[in-house]
Amino acid sequence: MAGELKVALVGNPNTGKSTLFNALTGLNQRVGNFPGVTVDKKVGACKLPDGRTAQIIDLPGTYSLYPKSKDESIVFEVLADRNNTAHPDIVVILADASNLKRNLLLYTQVADLKVPVVIALNMMDLARKAGTEIDIDALSAKLGIQIIPIAARQHENIDKLKEAIAFTSSIPLQLDTIEVESLAPGLISKIKNELLVDKPYTALQMAHQHENLHFLTSQQSDRIEELEQEFSFHSQKAQAAETIARFNFINDVLFDTVKHRDGAFEETLSNRIDKVLTHKVWGFIIFFGILFLIFQSIFAWSEYPMSLIEELFIWLGSTAHSLMPPGVFTDLVVDGILAGLSGVLVFIPQIAILFAFIAILEDTGYMSRVTFMMDKIMRKVGLSGKSVVPLIGGLACAVPSIMSTRNIENWKDRLITIMVTPLVSCSARLPIYTLLISLIVPDKKVFGVINMAGLVLMAMYILSIVSAIVVAWVMKLIIKSRERGYFIMELPVYRLPRWSNIGLTVVEKVKAFVFQAGKVIIAISIILWVLASYGPAAKMDAVEAKYNSPEVKAQYSGAELDRMKSSDKLENSYAGVLGKAIEPAIKPLGYDWKIGIALITSFAAREVFVGTMATIYSVDADDSHVESVREKMKNARNPETGALVFTVASAFSLMVFYAFAMQCMSTLAVVYRETKSWKWPIIQFVYMGVLAYVASLIVYQLLK
Amino acid sequence: MKLSQLIPGQSGIIKEFTDLEMSVKLMEMGCLPGEKIIVERFAPLGDPIAITVSGYQLSLRKQEASTIILHS
Repeated sequence: MAGELKVALVGNPNTGKSTLFNALTGLNQRVGNFPGVTVDKKVGACKLPDGRTAQIIDLPGTYSLYPKSKDESIVFEVLADRNNTAHPDIVVILADASNLKRNLLLYTQVADLKVPVVIALNMMDLARKAGTEIDIDALSAKLGIQIIPIAARQHENIDKLKEAIAFTSSIPLQLDTIEVESLAPGLISKIKNELLVDKPYTALQMAHQHENLHFLTSQQSDRIEELEQEFSFHSQKAQAAETIARFNFINDVLFDTVKHRDGAFEETLSNRIDKVLTHKVWGFIIFFGILFLIFQSIFAWSEYPMSLIEELFIWLGSTAHSLMPPGVFTDLVVDGILAGLSGVLVFIPQIAILFAFIAILEDTGYMSRVTFMMDKIMRKVGLSGKSVVPLIGGLACAVPSIMSTRNIENWKDRLITIMVTPLVSCSARLPIYTLLISLIVPDKKVFGVINMAGLVLMAMYILSIVSAIVVAWVMKLIIKSRERGYFIMELPVYRLPRWSNIGLTVVEKVKAFVFQAGKVIIAISIILWVLASYGPAAKMDAVEAKYNSPEVKAQYSGAELDRMKSSDKLENSYAGVLGKAIEPAIKPLGYDWKIGIALITSFAAREVFVGTMATIYSVDADDSHVESVREKMKNARNPETGALVFTVASAFSLMVFYAFAMQCMSTLAVVYRETKSWKWPIIQFVYMGVLAYVASLIVYQLLK
Repeated sequence: MKLSQLIPGQSGIIKEFTDLEMSVKLMEMGCLPGEKIIVERFAPLGDPIAITVSGYQLSLRKQEASTIILHS
């Protein structure tokens, strides 16, 4: 919008930035992308007291303009590049009053970019409790800018901050902080002249970051490189000198504006909580207790809403069938699009519950303690402490778990976590395991108490977790990363969760899933529907003719006839033809073409397996008839050899195949969304497929 | 003495760093020469460690802590 004021929110992590963003914008917000890069951009509208509307842009939390992750690199790009669509007219720096010194480092850097700045000083209550008194007027005078003390959680002084934003002049008024030119004499003025940069600090930052800046052309970047050689510029040395100079400036500013009351140093509540929550024994017991609670809730609480969603779609489907004229279009809408939509929307309860828990753990500060406790173990296999929660969440569903890897800063750690999370057996595999186990494992008890079937099921879950760890370790050796692994992380003080923040986070994640992954899932569902409902004309006509003949009609009842017909149709459809075509490839694994069809249809989602089996063996597909699917499958024989189709060898081989193979469009779509390239989902699909094939082959050949 | 040699409850003043790249990251987080560091606790498996520095708590691995030299 023309004439609209753009305001960027900048600040350290854990300063309450998202709380302030929510307080300023309310529900008036949306998530987009920054131009050219792949970082989520949260934007919201805020009405100012003078009647103007400000567009508030939430920039990723960072400790410094020198980025440590891809998300953080956005901050400088947006603030330095006037042509960036997110470039703000005013920057609001949110600073934590209880930790002012470290927070002011980012302020001095942003101030030197010479954009108009306002400081919002949050958590004054915490600072007061810790015995810190801040003379805000004196501080404001020393920096030359407006400083507004706020309490974002309690919504205190948000109006004053809005006023300050409205009154901020478009000309930067802040006083200079450090002698920027002396950090790289010569080089800065050369860059300023040659690249037409007017701010010395922007030029210096460009010297540091030129390789990764999107607004520079490669010629400009190369020229900066040449100039750096000429002036023998050493990036890290210059950065160290700058940081020391900035803290000297900050110490001077704070010397007579901030008073620390001595003696009031009692043990903080946070420290006392940590003594329990990161205790050698209690820490782990509580952590596993919390995981157990999350896992249980995902299953227990999602069951009812999930069945409601399924019922809603069944009702929608039958209503559509009765209202719309029968024909191809209706079938496409009901069996293709509606079925695909239902497959997407049915995940919402699980995603919402998992994200609500993760948001609570993040918001309270517990998540960083989990990372702290688990880092040493996870590092051994190429993961990070922050990989623990996604991996455990993978037992429920890989989709929200992969979305939750965002808080892993190290790209390699995050990528490996994304790549191995789908190996952890998710809830969609459970019905397949239970069905196959019931075919081959007798319902007997060992030693009178241990259920054999339960034991086999547990073995499948252990197999999945072990494989995830082994693959992570292998990837750690393969994936090259220029990033040096390190671990320096703030442990924020414990706080009560802010329910409105958590609600907004859940809504945002669910929306992202439905709209972005949903598109791909629906497209694939339509393709699969076409494959399963259409076939070569000659074959399909033969099926029609067969079931239209009076002899066949007389022989069977209406319902039975329909079932047999749909079974025959599936056999002769393109999916059936494909199933037969891949039979030579899957024969060594112990599968026939019927299982081949199930493998193809469950490419989009594993849970389709049971339904496809029901259709192939022409029985009713609803849950009350699972018993009959089992009987049919148990007695199924190879028509040529007369041997049973489901033996111990072939059933185990099939279970192992489902344990390893990437048969979930939702997961692939979300991996694409999170890595922003098709490279990683393709690699994941291929490696899991190869792993599944080889492992099933070995299992079948050994047990045969 | 290195920071990694302290046990929980002990404290020291930062003198210098042995690793330039790490020092830049640590200084941005408030670990500056002259600052006091208190070791608060170790993670249950002994690594990483949690320290208090310039008014807040920071966790870092022993490997990073070994690049911080304290005044003796």
